[in-house]
Amino acid sequence: MQASVEKNFFELFGLPVGFNLDTADLAARYRDLQRQFHPDRYANATDPERRLSLQITAQINQGFQTLKEPLSRGRYLLALQGVNTDEETDTRMDPDFLVEQMELRESLDEARCSAQRGEQLARLARETDALLRTRTEALGSSLAGGDPEGLRRARELVREMQFLKKLAREIEELGEVD
Amino acid sequence: MALLQISEPGQSTAPHHHRLAVGIDLGTTNSLVACVRSGIADTLPDGEGRHLLPSVVRYLKGSAPVVGDAALAAAAEDPLNTIASVKRMMGRGIEDVKRLGGALPYEFAPGESGMPRIRTAAGLWSPVEVSAEILRSLKRRAEATLGGDLTGAVITVPAYFDDAQRQATKDAGRLAGLTVLRLLNEPTAAAVAYGLDKKAEGVFAIYDLGGGTFDISILRLNRGVFEVLATAGDSALGGDDMDHALADWMLRQAGVEVSADPHGARRALRDARAAKHALSQGEEAAVRVTRPDGSVWQGRLTRDEFQALVDPIIERTVAPCRRVLRDAGITASDISEVVLVGGSTRMPRVRERATAVFGRTPLTDIDPDRVVAIGAAIQADVLAGNKPRDEMLLLDVIPLSLGIEIMGGMVEKIIARNSTIPIAKAQDFTTFKDGQTAMAIHVVQGERELVSDCRSLARFDLRGIPPMVAGAGRIRVTFQIDADGLLSVSAQEQTSGVASSVVVKPSYGLSDAEIERMLRDSIAHAHEDNDARNLREQQVEADRVLAAVESALVADGTALLSPAERQEIEQALSRLRSLRDGTDVARIRDGIGALDRATREFAARRMNEGINKALAGHRLDEFG
Repeated sequence: MQASVEKNFFELFGLPVGFNLDTADLAARYRDLQRQFHPDRYANATDPERRLSLQITAQINQGFQTLKEPLSRGRYLLALQGVNTDEETDTRMDPDFLVEQMELRESLDEARCSAQRGEQLARLARETDALLRTRTEALGSSLAGGDPEGLRRARELVREMQFLKKLAREIEELGEVD
Repeated sequence: MALLQISEPGQSTAPHHHRLAVGIDLGTTNSLVACVRSGIADTLPDGEGRHLLPSVVRYLKGSAPVVGDAALAAAAEDPLNTIASVKRMMGRGIEDVKRLGGALPYEFAPGESGMPRIRTAAGLWSPVEVSAEILRSLKRRAEATLGGDLTGAVITVPAYFDDAQRQATKDAGRLAGLTVLRLLNEPTAAAVAYGLDKKAEGVFAIYDLGGGTFDISILRLNRGVFEVLATAGDSALGGDDMDHALADWMLRQAGVEVSADPHGARRALRDARAAKHALSQGEEAAVRVTRPDGSVWQGRLTRDEFQALVDPIIERTVAPCRRVLRDAGITASDISEVVLVGGSTRMPRVRERATAVFGRTPLTDIDPDRVVAIGAAIQADVLAGNKPRDEMLLLDVIPLSLGIEIMGGMVEKIIARNSTIPIAKAQDFTTFKDGQTAMAIHVVQGERELVSDCRSLARFDLRGIPPMVAGAGRIRVTFQIDADGLLSVSAQEQTSGVASSVVVKPSYGLSDAEIERMLRDSIAHAHEDNDARNLREQQVEADRVLAAVESALVADGTALLSPAERQEIEQALSRLRSLRDGTDVARIRDGIGALDRATREFAARRMNEGINKALAGHRLDEFG
């Protein structure tokens, strides 16, 4: 009864396990898997097939969600290698990174009350985006080797990206309220 | 036309039979039913040529309820027994209903669960039962027009409906005797009607402002796949609010106290709606209020004055529009078309606002009142199996995040809003006391961090946990959202593998026992035989299962089964075939269960084949 549910997300999408992937190709594979397995396709099928279709589609959706974003893809690749990123429980971070974060947060507070709020928010969004991009690139090379030092570095990068993502979201949300 | 269908003994003709399936737009103000006939989807009129059925039910002492225009006509003279805009009460608690219904004249009584009951001359009715009356009326219309029993229906709901509101809608369908093939989001239905019509590709924004709800959805269309990227909205915002704003203004001008005069308030509401409609065409409308003492206030209202009254309401649609763009990860310039849906989008002011937000002129070529029902009918036709398999596919999302209550009244999100459904997430919980055998879980829906700011969906009691020392018991709870957007929960203790039982207490829904009782009551009311109905339902289910297994065997029986395996399935098949013609409901159910068990391995093999088939067109990468 397990069928394809046992496959990891890369196997499910017929892709090699790795950080670098073509998101347009991933999306096309996603749509084709959906065309095959979505419960609507099994409206008149046998009951075991209907249940499996629901399970597999849930898997496909979660897989696509996980693989399409670099941050969740990185976290998933680490999990496949037995490395847990523990964002909720492990709060120790690199001190330099924390200082940088505090500065960014201060800028955000300033922007909130500033007369040039729009411009300041846009600049802050660009800065955060650049920090995310360099980490995304570094994450790709750290994961490529698969050595313990690379994995340790990748774990740190994922945890930092989580912080930056949250900041980027807050900047966007502030930008909407005018 | 063939008068006789001749088939081999035991061979069902069902797979080739055109199944009657309809799409139903169960609206706040009006409801419609549509069907695909000879390849064309259209709404079905009643005997007098009216397509719109006013969503109004009037309860009379000692006779059957009246639905539609006749009920609407009586609304002003008999406000307490005439229920309108019941959709706004679906899945809501009595406190919510009182708050949003400040101007509603009804008397409410608490129900067994959190769901309120409306007091009428013919007794107490839940919003689900009132909605079921509307659905029953549409079902009768469809069966009379199409000349046969319906196989099933797709019922539309606002995309922004939460789990309780969806469940209430599905329960109403069940009470009305409909097989609900799918709950479909209204904007998605509209996109289907437009998208298939125009063979379009690209990104669509669907701005849907109806009588009581506002939805904004962003969809990507790609070779027949309709992928909802994000949805946002407000499930208590619509044309009704504008009617109330205008009626309040009229009554204030006339110096009438609203609460003192339910009849007058209802008349004012009716006149306000007429004035609103008039102002969509003309620049000025006459309004009048008859005071309780019989004297009359008369006035004129210009479009500008009216717009000043309703602008704050229309403005509330803007923030969700911005949020949906962000959630979809796009900007307004990425949108290829904007579609307007819902009667309220006839208002010039609403069109102006939608044009301004998205920076392009919206499409309005399909009647905004009918487009949702038409889209639902197309989906119903596909789900009933009348269309070739690969014509279209809808990928919808969950509109609100789903979470559980943790320490300190905080919410932990389990499934994020705008996740594509169906989806499942598992979460582990540990026992915190020695020998603990039960655990309570509170599920909420919403975006806020505090439980008190979110909507309570249900409380689940997990029972039957094997006794262990504190912290040793680990219970994995799986939250599953199906293709209707409805939640189900299952639980398993991880160390022992024991499945815990899950007892659901819906916060604002009906318990299974309540639905069962209502079903029995409605059957008794219709002078139907409960046993006969059960048997018929079980036979229909058996036919569906038989047809499905037969066609699976034709497709893959030779390739995927050994002769012995195939024989085992054939045996279960023929056993169910003979049980199906009997009268023992329990034995038919057993036969269905046995066939289910006999085909599990076969189903798994077919699914595995499917993966290869789905990815056959892609470059096959080596696994690294």
